[in-house]
Amino acid sequence: MPPGNQVNKPALEVRNVTKFFGDLAALKEVTLGIRCGESTLLYGPNGAGKTTLLRMLASLARPSSGEVLFAGKNIEHDGAGAKAAIGFVSHATFLYGELTVRENLRFFGRLFGLSELEKRIDAALEMFDMRPRENIFVRDLSRGLQQRASLARAFLHDPEFVILDEPFTGLDHDSVKKLEYLLLRLPERGKALLFSTHDFEQGAALAKRLIALKAGRVRYNGPLNEAPFKTLGIMRANGPSGDE
Amino acid sequence: MNNLNIIWSIVLKDLRVEWRNRETLASMCVFGLLIVFLFNFAFETAREETLRLLPAVLWVAIAFAGVLGFNRSFASERENACLEGMTLAPVDPSLIFVGKMLANLLFLVISEVVMAFAATLWFNFSFLPAIGQLLLIAFFGTLGYAALGTIFGAVAANTRMREVMLTVLQFPIAFWILMLSIDSTSSAMRGDPGGNWVGGVARVAGISMVFTVASFLLFEYVLEE
Amino acid sequence: MIKKFPLRLHAALTLAGLVVTLYMIFLYAPEEMTMGEVQRIFYIHVPAAWVSLMGFSIIFVASIVYLSKRAQFADELAHATAEVGFIFCTCVLVTGPLWAKPAWGIWWTWDARLTLTFLLWLLYVAYLMLRNYLINPGRAANLCAVVGIIGFVDVLIDYMAIRWWRTQHPQPVILGGPESGLDPRMLATLLVSWAVFTILFLLLLRMRLRLAGMRRDLSDIRRTLAFKVSED
Repeated sequence: MPPGNQVNKPALEVRNVTKFFGDLAALKEVTLGIRCGESTLLYGPNGAGKTTLLRMLASLARPSSGEVLFAGKNIEHDGAGAKAAIGFVSHATFLYGELTVRENLRFFGRLFGLSELEKRIDAALEMFDMRPRENIFVRDLSRGLQQRASLARAFLHDPEFVILDEPFTGLDHDSVKKLEYLLLRLPERGKALLFSTHDFEQGAALAKRLIALKAGRVRYNGPLNEAPFKTLGIMRANGPSGDE
Repeated sequence: MNNLNIIWSIVLKDLRVEWRNRETLASMCVFGLLIVFLFNFAFETAREETLRLLPAVLWVAIAFAGVLGFNRSFASERENACLEGMTLAPVDPSLIFVGKMLANLLFLVISEVVMAFAATLWFNFSFLPAIGQLLLIAFFGTLGYAALGTIFGAVAANTRMREVMLTVLQFPIAFWILMLSIDSTSSAMRGDPGGNWVGGVARVAGISMVFTVASFLLFEYVLEE
Repeated sequence: MIKKFPLRLHAALTLAGLVVTLYMIFLYAPEEMTMGEVQRIFYIHVPAAWVSLMGFSIIFVASIVYLSKRAQFADELAHATAEVGFIFCTCVLVTGPLWAKPAWGIWWTWDARLTLTFLLWLLYVAYLMLRNYLINPGRAANLCAVVGIIGFVDVLIDYMAIRWWRTQHPQPVILGGPESGLDPRMLATLLVSWAVFTILFLLLLRMRLRLAGMRRDLSDIRRTLAFKVSED
């Protein structure tokens, strides 16, 4: 499937990517891509390589071999275009504890060269209900609130590609619901979403596609509902291929 | 110019972080003062002695205060992987270098003013007669030193013994910046005739610029994963 | 930089060269007028200094090649050179005092050569420390290459600065180099020793590179296994 030809919007992909940490292979010959208008769940057991893969797509990690491409171009040579279009959330918040939420967002906004910065910050804060707390130092926030601030940071520049590594961690019930609602609407807004979570049902409700990763290899990459759950070792509550 | 904006944002950010913590600058100044104090107390300061010792004392104090500052500059980035976070933005790594270097430079310059002030009092020595030269020497010397400190701070942040690693890298390589600065400072304080001091400033400026440019060009490789 | 020259032959030549050099140092070269027998250390001290300087130049070039081409061999070369060069550099710093004390009654002097060697030694130490203390060894190549380049720039500056400094603060030329007028037999001995030390350096470097190559092979095998390991 030639990338980027089917749809107008560019694709973010990895081609035949292998990543070694020392002599341990975190990713083995992985080829996959995400496209605007699609939402994809990245699922797999601990140590499968999900975080490594997500970091690589977000241009924070380089492959040992293979390429990471944005709109067909290797991001090593032309990283700026990719970075401007990607929003990434991870275990680390990338926020300065000594600055307020708003100051952090203002800093990132300036790095991204955003216009109408204050309005955008307002919008991003609203998305995650952080406006009441915009002037609190990040170091004084609870883990869950820091996560919401980090999400606001990731969405600040209205990225086309939203890459989230276990974004629901630490969030209370209301925040989870709000985030789910937000993520659900991303495809219709023309965005691409790739996220990982340990709750399969939660992920299945949000994503149309599934990438199953195990021991660094892609076991499945396609529509979520057609996935061979039993083979993949995924247990579903009332799934069609449930209980054999 | 967007680049200048970005550099300025990074400098402001470092200043703001420091303002909230108020650890780095205070430690640098106190540390520097302690060194100047130690030397002042340990030696009887007849004027010839002062002229011999003071430049070395000051630059040694600056050197150690500087290393303290460089370490903290990157410690603040480490907590939430902020240095990595900056690379998420479509920003040329060299701009990050310039921003952090200018912030380091500013802190070090402020500490130098404090130390010089203390030296004036304790050593009974006035810097005013040669103030122009001294400012030039101090600026260029500190610039080169801060450039090296910034890149080595980033390098050392990847190691197990960060503070030690930074010191082990910084001192051998910044050695001549310090030596030439001490030498020109001595010359300026003695009131050596005009021709000499231009040479002295030029030497310090030259060697500092070489290291600043080298650090600027190589910084992106330090940030690369 | 593939040296096709057989290793055994290289080792044999080195051994022969060392024998010849020892003969020349102790039996061929005449005794020096003022210092006596201890001056013979000079024939080891000077070539070792040259070799350690050459070593850092190799690190510089290898670092540049690595950063521009990402050639793993360049990184291995830099690492190997650092280790071997460090030994020779230490040798210079040890032979210096051993010579100076009996000859002039002082253990150390900040003359041009010793100062340069000491600063060079500190750079070797810094490079090797960085290699060994990284939390994530995957970054070693990049970071060490940066240090190698800045370090070499520093060596160049050291060389120029020391010469300038000595015009300001002159010192009697004690551990004099070849410029202080040598008997032709002394010169011959020095040149032979110089050549042999260089060959010895290259031999040790090749052996160290073989080790690096073996490690790389082992790593390749492990990585291939990591690929094939059953994943269920």
